[in-house]
Amino acid sequence: MRQFIFRRTCYSIVTLFILSLTIFAVVRLTGDPALLMTEPGARPEDLARVRALWGLDRPWPIQYAHFLLNILTGDLGTSFNYRMPVSELYFERLPNSLQLALSATLLSFLIGVPAGLLSAVRVNGAWDNIGKVVALTGLAVPGFWLGLVLILVFSVWLAWLPTGGKGDWRNLIMPSIALGWYFAASLLRLTRSSMLEVMRSEYIKLARLKGLPGYVVIAMHGFKNALVPVLTLAGVNLVVMVNAAVIVEVIFAWPGIGRLLYEGIFQRDFPLVQGVVILAGCMIVLVNLFIDILYAYIDPRIRLTK
Amino acid sequence: MAITTAGRGTEARAAGRWRGKLSAARELPLLPIFILVPFAFAALFAELIAPYDPTMPIPGAKFFMPPYWMEGGSPDALLGTDFQSRDILSRLIFGARVSLLVGIMGTVVAGSLGTALGILSGYLGGWVDQVIMRVTDAWLALPALVFAIFLATLLGPSMWNIVTILGLVYWTRYARVIRGEVLSLREREYVKLAEIAGASSLRVIMRHILPNVLNTTMVLASLTIGVVIIAEASLSFLGVGVPPPEPAWGLMLSEARSTLMAGKWWLTVFPGVCILLVVLATQLFGDWMRIRLDPQQRNL
Amino acid sequence: MTTPYLEVRDLQTHFTTFGGSRVVKAVDGISFSLREGETLGLVGESGCGKTTTCLSIVGLLPPAARIAGGEIRLAGEDLTKKSPREMRRIRGRKIAMILQDPMASLNPLFNIYTQVSEPAYYHLGIRRQSLRRRVEDLLRSVRIPSPAMRMRNYPHQMSGGMRQRIVGAIALAGGPKLIIADEPTTNLDVTIQAQYLDLLKDIQQETGVAIIFVTHNLGIVAKMCDRMAVMYAGKIVECGSVRDLFGAPSHPYTKALLGSMAKLGSKEPLFAIPGQPPDLANLPPGCAFHPRCAEATQHCSEHEPKIVPCGQDWTAKCWLAHPKESLRHDHARA
Repeated sequence: MRQFIFRRTCYSIVTLFILSLTIFAVVRLTGDPALLMTEPGARPEDLARVRALWGLDRPWPIQYAHFLLNILTGDLGTSFNYRMPVSELYFERLPNSLQLALSATLLSFLIGVPAGLLSAVRVNGAWDNIGKVVALTGLAVPGFWLGLVLILVFSVWLAWLPTGGKGDWRNLIMPSIALGWYFAASLLRLTRSSMLEVMRSEYIKLARLKGLPGYVVIAMHGFKNALVPVLTLAGVNLVVMVNAAVIVEVIFAWPGIGRLLYEGIFQRDFPLVQGVVILAGCMIVLVNLFIDILYAYIDPRIRLTK
Repeated sequence: MAITTAGRGTEARAAGRWRGKLSAARELPLLPIFILVPFAFAALFAELIAPYDPTMPIPGAKFFMPPYWMEGGSPDALLGTDFQSRDILSRLIFGARVSLLVGIMGTVVAGSLGTALGILSGYLGGWVDQVIMRVTDAWLALPALVFAIFLATLLGPSMWNIVTILGLVYWTRYARVIRGEVLSLREREYVKLAEIAGASSLRVIMRHILPNVLNTTMVLASLTIGVVIIAEASLSFLGVGVPPPEPAWGLMLSEARSTLMAGKWWLTVFPGVCILLVVLATQLFGDWMRIRLDPQQRNL
Repeated sequence: MTTPYLEVRDLQTHFTTFGGSRVVKAVDGISFSLREGETLGLVGESGCGKTTTCLSIVGLLPPAARIAGGEIRLAGEDLTKKSPREMRRIRGRKIAMILQDPMASLNPLFNIYTQVSEPAYYHLGIRRQSLRRRVEDLLRSVRIPSPAMRMRNYPHQMSGGMRQRIVGAIALAGGPKLIIADEPTTNLDVTIQAQYLDLLKDIQQETGVAIIFVTHNLGIVAKMCDRMAVMYAGKIVECGSVRDLFGAPSHPYTKALLGSMAKLGSKEPLFAIPGQPPDLANLPPGCAFHPRCAEATQHCSEHEPKIVPCGQDWTAKCWLAHPKESLRHDHARA
């Protein structure tokens, strides 16, 4: 176990290192970082100051060392627009994004998992066919367009729900649906396939041979095992939703990280964009690490296969 | 494959006929073809089909004209006009060109890059494999959209930049799957024989490895093309994709946002339905490809 | 003579494929019986219908298969007439089954206690402290050291041999009178195999349970079983006491199986019967074994033999075992 954690942690560090290298290289390959790191129309002395601060006049390896050191000490630059450190802005928005992502995850769980389960238990039955249609449309309907249509129907025509902003639970409904829609469909697919695989296993056969009631076989022996990959996906997806719900947050004026990124693009606030990307990457890598270790505890098979 | 039926009763024979029809229908993915052909046609011959120039206002037409069957609509603009009194239908037709072109080109770039790197990684092994796979892991860690936005802010908006960006974002999935495939191919007798016979690495790759992984690439490509189209629409929607006045569906949705509250639904609904149909069709087509080309039914 | 505990009479289990257009007779009219405390070896190459026979008895056939005829009488009651609900109450309580793979047949996410206690919990209504005691007793009876501690463990914390013993404990948990063991030792090391077989024998002596031992290993049959039934292509070709069959097998297939038994130090291949087992969907005419049979005659390829007695409680399905007249007639022709 200890060996697994060690190996997995090293792996994550390498991933983070390559991630930082990628961002560093891409920025320098596509233009002058000093221009990006200063406000549009900056004076020459400002440019010089930024160059000195980030060591942009030195050779690339030293520049990279600078860059890495700044990240490691938590200095991701200052947003032009907010005049605040990017990391502060990020963590200020994090709770909002987390709230939306949790709500979307919950919603997609409530739809995707039972539907996937029903599909798997009655393969090729009516539920399975409905499930297939839902899965297919879920993957084909862009979440942001769904958001727009929801606003049109429930805010403009029916005037039931507010169009956006942060407020009470009613503000959460539409963004959660728009954000969770795609994920509900993928949960459905995964639950179904995972459940089908589990139900073919020898231990399910043994559970039936024991003469257990059908619901015990399905709900306890089957579902509990089928849930392992489903929960893994949910964990990974939650952290992606927190960081990448750009369009849904923009459409519903939700003050989260995605919207922060959008503001960064819109106002040509490069330090903000770069900072959010770096932080999002770090967070995802770390949460993945955490989930892997957690599941290695729950399910010993993971430890053995990786 | 023809299913021979040895049914005795009429019931069995009827069932056999039904199955025969079903399998014939499965031979060709009718629904996706039915959807994709008109869109492809529109994309190819946009100049001939579209009633108006998609970037210019219709002379003498009002802004925000609704579709012709509604009050205030006119047969001059079948699906209405937008905020610059441009024809929605013409913009949709030209938009098909943008979407399909970016979708296909982005997939081609991602597919060739990913397949090439996957083959190198799997065939050469050693440090090359290590480097490529670690980069793949790291790039997969970033959410595709966030990564694409980041690259788009650096490269600036243009259609070819979007193709490059989508290629850079989506090659990783190919690389990982193809590498696994190559690892198992390397153990096959004919590859070993070719190596023993002294064929160069390049020759082994071109003769024996590449033809065998192409199926997988095709399946993956058909499954990702929809994702790429949605990604393009998302980037255009956020203003870092195809720049205006180019008629991209995502851009049309973005422009429609400000008038959504006024109930001008046609501006939002039509481009969205186009995206939905195309992506749905590519998904169905991808599923069909997978059944045809990937008999083991792996979860790609 | 007591009435048999299990009596299978003319059992036919068919697989229907391609929506009813093809029928595969996986089990085609087999009969055998088993008294309490007796051990029957069910022997044959893979694909001959052994496992399908077992699944027919416990009522867990795959969806494509169904019992097309015959009866399975357990203590006088016909199992083929039972509803799924009634069958569920019989499984685990009256009939238990041990599966092949000890690694795969335990649920990785449940501890040993839960898995062993379930049959007693659902069938016998035992709860709490007495359930705990029962699980401990069961684990002790399959020679698990320090059972009170071990039952909190999970399957991955145990060795293959120990897991297979746990599976044995699960089989015993509902107090069945019949255990069907479907090649329970194929995935175990040879030494552990021997230990496990000894254990099963001990358990049988303690509890008086009847066992159907499905295997292709005749060594195990010789060690474990009172009687044996040899299956070929969905039919029982010879059935009798192990002593009789090992001493003077009547059917050439039994002879061939015995001849191919791995002898210690022998360099002969394990299964020396020429040819492949036949495709059940496309059986040869006459006796299904005749293409591979060393003693086959013209007659064998044209007419299917009937089951004839060839001794006390001993039957064979072969023209060679038939009364001499018909055979002589055949030889004259050949």
